[in-house]
Amino acid sequence: MPEIQIRHAIRDAMREEMTRDDRVFLMGEEVGHYKGAYKCSEGLLEEFGERRVIDTPIAETGFAGVGIGAAMAGLRPIIEFMTFNFSAVAFDQILNNAAKIHHMTNGQHSVPMVFRGPNAGAHMLGSTHSQAFEPFYAHIPGLIVVAVATPYDAKGLLKTAIRDPNPVIFLESELMYGVKGEVPEEEYLIPLGVADTKRSGDDVTVITWGQGVPVALKAAELAAEQGIECDVIDLRTLRPLDMESVLESVRRTNRAIVLFHGWPYGGVGCEIIAQIQEQAFDHLDAPVLRVCYEDVPMPYAENLENLVLPTPERGLAAIREVSYAR
Amino acid sequence: MTNDKDSPPADPGNYDAYFTSRENDLRWYREMLRIRRFEEMAARSYTRGKISGFLHLYIGQEAIAVATKEILQPQDRVVSTYRTHGFAIALGSSPGACMAEMYGKATGLVAGVGGSMHFFDRDNQLWGGYAIIGNHVPVATGHAFASKYLGDNGVTFCFLGDGALAIGPTHEGWTLAGIWQLPIVFVVENNRYSMGTPLERSIPVNDVTLKAPGYNMAGDRFRVTSVAETAERLAAAAKLAREESRPVLVELLTYRFRGHSMSDPAKYRDREEVAESRSWDPLERTYNALMKRHGMTEEALEELDDEVVAEMEAAVEFAENSPVPEPSARFKNILVES
Repeated sequence: MPEIQIRHAIRDAMREEMTRDDRVFLMGEEVGHYKGAYKCSEGLLEEFGERRVIDTPIAETGFAGVGIGAAMAGLRPIIEFMTFNFSAVAFDQILNNAAKIHHMTNGQHSVPMVFRGPNAGAHMLGSTHSQAFEPFYAHIPGLIVVAVATPYDAKGLLKTAIRDPNPVIFLESELMYGVKGEVPEEEYLIPLGVADTKRSGDDVTVITWGQGVPVALKAAELAAEQGIECDVIDLRTLRPLDMESVLESVRRTNRAIVLFHGWPYGGVGCEIIAQIQEQAFDHLDAPVLRVCYEDVPMPYAENLENLVLPTPERGLAAIREVSYAR
Repeated sequence: MTNDKDSPPADPGNYDAYFTSRENDLRWYREMLRIRRFEEMAARSYTRGKISGFLHLYIGQEAIAVATKEILQPQDRVVSTYRTHGFAIALGSSPGACMAEMYGKATGLVAGVGGSMHFFDRDNQLWGGYAIIGNHVPVATGHAFASKYLGDNGVTFCFLGDGALAIGPTHEGWTLAGIWQLPIVFVVENNRYSMGTPLERSIPVNDVTLKAPGYNMAGDRFRVTSVAETAERLAAAAKLAREESRPVLVELLTYRFRGHSMSDPAKYRDREEVAESRSWDPLERTYNALMKRHGMTEEALEELDDEVVAEMEAAVEFAENSPVPEPSARFKNILVES
């Protein structure tokens, strides 16, 4: 199997779906002539032309809304946010239109579209460019939220997201566009709402997603060196949650941590922990811990940012703590 | 298209300029009256506690919806605001389903999940029903984008109030429509107040069409005094949008005779202003034209009124007798099941 970068997996998914279905188009800032701020759409303008690869001015509310209106009218838009930080400007469109229209119209309309782009802290971008949006979007009934961490998952899940009849928030990572991995040459799809066990073990369950996945895997590696074997579950979809996979693992390990790139207060981590205690309370031998950002705005200075971010070492400490390891 | 500032007739009592055949005037009168009587019934039901939430009446602005219906082609779309009952009635929605929607009944236009502010009737070309000011402008622009993309020859009519002129999404939608030259007609229904705030305190210029060149849109502006003129000038705008893929900004000077919503006694405007506006009321003027120009009798018009009232009373009765949604209905249509 060839090894490709996540950015190319994303591009290939879009290219295949655009080839398959004329209704699919890509719209966003710098997606065409500039080939994407992170080069996720390289070659698409040349291949599909300006009708289907559409550069926009800086107007997130405008082009998010245009995507919604086009989806209602029968098209299959892919709306790229240069980063999800800028989706805050379009939040009303996503909250009040994309997520609500199918419901509010009693099913007269649907909004089959994808909003995609990088999410969460990258390196030294300061507080406004380091936001993690999954708690905002996963909070909203009517949306599907996906977060990807490997080229294989990125391609298979993006293709499914483009075909899905619902609005899908598709979270990528600025830090991980260059991450390489094997991707089959033949076509494949990955279903939404299904987690993937990235590493198996019977001692501690580590639940993670997106940018947290490589950190969790490294933490599990460090734990294994100390004789603690972790089940690392990459949720891949944050709404709906694949709680079956999580609960199956927790009932086996009796211990869990949630490791992610995001804030602790009122986040997706809280939701997972709430559901674990609701549904597997008797199986727990330790409190479920969170390893994530500290509850502060992301600072720019490198030393401060490093203190705020989840690290394999902090992951290891939490794994040891729930294992009561000395 | 030229910017016609203050259109004729200058005299509200002149019934020659834009009143045409008896047949047309009578049909339009009836349609305007259907909206007005529907709104009056809705207000009554609201006062009696049968309708909750917010209720924004279209009384005074009926001619706009009726004119729109007049020029609409089957592939066109109408996107409107929370003040949308008039469009629903004019476009052909069942008054019973509209009333039942406000009653929160299962037989409502959207099965009772939307209420007064969220009317959608796709089969009758009503594409909303949006209650967050201005946020339908980019969405409507997206409908027009799809029409151009698919080449379906459709025009999107996006109605907004003067209260939507300051907010960002309006600017962004207009910008994209202008850059991409989309087949869309933005119609500002300028009823002079955004809730209780008069125009001069909410937009920097008096003439909204001054904005049109800045978005590379054609513009037109006129006072709504008859269905005929409104239809004629909206049709000219739609022709530009349809045949030349040119976005158009039309400002309609109109007036709502009631408050912003049922909870608004409209104390911010004086009697003279309301009286002056009433002299231009297209419904009232058409009534007068039917008598003075077309020689109809008061009795004949009263009979027509009785028919319309009976239709709207039946709508109320339908709403009152309809069942509430099943408890399980709250789980419907959250996601499309694939």
